[in-house]
Amino acid sequence: MYGSTNLTEQEAKRMNDTSAEDADKLQAFEDRIARGEKIEPDDWMPAEYRKQLIRMIEQHAHSEIVGALPEGTWITRAPNFRRKLALIAKVQDEIGHGQLLYSAAETLGKTREQMLDDLMNGKSKYSNVFNYPAVTWADIAVIGFLVDGAAIVNQVINSKGSYGPYCRALERICYEESFHLKQGHDNVVYLATGSKIQRDMLQAAINRWYRPLLHFFGPPDKMSAHSEKLMKWKVKLASNDDMRNQFLDQYVPKILELGLTFPDPNLRKNADGVWEFSDPDWDEFKRVINGDGPCNKERLAVRRYAEMAGRWVREALMNPSDKYKIPLA
Amino acid sequence: MNSLDPRVQRLNMAADTDNELHTNSHLITWEVFHQEKRGKQVVHVGIVHAPNPEMALILAKEQYARRGKTTNLWVAKTADVYTFSTGDDDMFATIPEKTFRDPASYKVRDRIEKFQQQNNLV
Repeated sequence: MYGSTNLTEQEAKRMNDTSAEDADKLQAFEDRIARGEKIEPDDWMPAEYRKQLIRMIEQHAHSEIVGALPEGTWITRAPNFRRKLALIAKVQDEIGHGQLLYSAAETLGKTREQMLDDLMNGKSKYSNVFNYPAVTWADIAVIGFLVDGAAIVNQVINSKGSYGPYCRALERICYEESFHLKQGHDNVVYLATGSKIQRDMLQAAINRWYRPLLHFFGPPDKMSAHSEKLMKWKVKLASNDDMRNQFLDQYVPKILELGLTFPDPNLRKNADGVWEFSDPDWDEFKRVINGDGPCNKERLAVRRYAEMAGRWVREALMNPSDKYKIPLA
Repeated sequence: MNSLDPRVQRLNMAADTDNELHTNSHLITWEVFHQEKRGKQVVHVGIVHAPNPEMALILAKEQYARRGKTTNLWVAKTADVYTFSTGDDDMFATIPEKTFRDPASYKVRDRIEKFQQQNNLV
């Protein structure tokens, strides 16, 4: 999941308890969402709605910013000029998406500086998938096709949510991501139909990314706490398992048709149309999300370095008489 | 730091990094308006953070005009934009129906035909 809506039992319990809210306002708010209308920044909203949205949009924004790092690794070593141009454009888009999402989160009252600080001091998370390295050029192909494919599944679903600024940002993002996906697919197909060395390199990359991709949508529904409120308020629109199944349904055939495989003998679609797979080691998922992944330290160190090294520029630009105001939409 | 990324390897991060996190005060935000083609409406697309209008335009160009067609961008300080409250949208619902403002609600053909029949004009 890009923006995580996974709750602890305690959080789920607190979410479902709205007794502290004004009952009439809450009713009007829920009626508006039930009618399919969007909530705008200056509307009344329950405190938990605001809090969960900030958390989710902020994590999504951090994921875009950190997600540019593994791909940025290969800009200097792209195999030809066209691939280099496409990769630069993609990385630039990801940073742009981060900016759009920070803007959406800001409308809820958390400032951008605070979000950037919380990324660096480890208070807020980003998608686990970016804690893994892009070892070869084929990893770039797999990230561009499958990680972006997974992200699009997640983002298209979230764009049907109830919060206006987040939906608007996601619509723009999904439109741009379709280029990422197409160039990723092109890259995968090019390697898959190339020499034996290219095919082997691609297969090795798929093997490396298989587990992180299963982890992408978060722990299985039976392992995570639920809040009916998050669903009712259209903050979360599909369960982790449903999104994962939709992803596998769309993308597994596109790898298999190239004569490539996944490193899991139990991966198959059952008679009910549901994908089954071996346990992808959810303990590893937890370990990595809590900081013990192959690239966690490097990702934060690079972000921190950029922040420190660019500070003098921001300070030079600052006009002390300007007063910050939360953006409108 | 031992990284796969040659650029990260080249940075001497350990030596350079001042580990204190300074929270800056904020650059102000600018509302951005985008015009796709000559003759089209200029449409609000989002915001940028910038210290002055010139920088706001440069950043808006990166953010909102890096693909597709653009003819012009406008920026205005968020603080200078005045709005109603979204929650007051009932003030725009003045009367239940406004068909008298709708061209499709003016239908005269039946009346003309009846008049023509009555007066042998057909």
